[in-house]
Amino acid sequence: MARYLSIIDSAYRATIEEQDDTAVWFTHAMKNGGAEVSILLRGDAVNYAVTQQDAKGLRFGSRAVKGPDLVRDIKAVVEKKIPIYAVADDLAERGIVSTQLIPGVETLPRGAIAKLIEAHDRVLTW
Amino acid sequence: MATITLGIMDPPYESANTPTAFRLVEAAIRKGHNVNVFCYEGATALGYAGQKQHPNAVHGASLEEEDHPNPKDWVKALLAYAAEKQVKLVWCNCGLCVDERGVESQVEGVCRGSPVDAWKYCEASDGVILIGTE
Repeated sequence: MARYLSIIDSAYRATIEEQDDTAVWFTHAMKNGGAEVSILLRGDAVNYAVTQQDAKGLRFGSRAVKGPDLVRDIKAVVEKKIPIYAVADDLAERGIVSTQLIPGVETLPRGAIAKLIEAHDRVLTW
Repeated sequence: MATITLGIMDPPYESANTPTAFRLVEAAIRKGHNVNVFCYEGATALGYAGQKQHPNAVHGASLEEEDHPNPKDWVKALLAYAAEKQVKLVWCNCGLCVDERGVESQVEGVCRGSPVDAWKYCEASDGVILIGTE
């Protein structure tokens, strides 16, 4: 069975309407179907690994929006044993330190991405 | 009280521009301003009445628990909010864009127009914002 790597760069694109990130969701659904998958967060998407984010409280007129819960979704990825990585250089550029990350998210330097890709058979770039 | 015209282009479920546009409309109404919204291209699907909620197996949530926030409900809520605040909210779709996409069935209160209508809204407005797509 092929090993898949989802590289997620696009962040918070339609998360209010979808109530999640569609690339994280898709990858999780693949895992539920039996696929062997990993996730690499890079660029702005490294913020998905931050534990103290909160997008709740939005309302349009009388229609309250629960909003996405990325912390729930990333924790679910970790609990599902889907390996998840975040690029350390991208975290550092955004002032995010390791203590802010959801436990279970591994960091790796930008220079290690090529090796990570080598360890997978198919790469999905989102 | 001012009148503002806002142009939107992005389709639903694709862009952070959409919630931003809705937030601007909500804020303008809250402050007592009249708003004209002209939806062009994919944004004409925002008020499409056929949008449906769904359960979410990945979240482990039923249809009710997920309570998926379809933008057609946001359009309805903003039209009701404008009526409550006694300001005018026009939600106008480009008619040709609607026909191309087969989204003729829209929530109540949404109208059809053309670029000429958009121009007329702009002419009658104190301010114009166009949130273009990329």
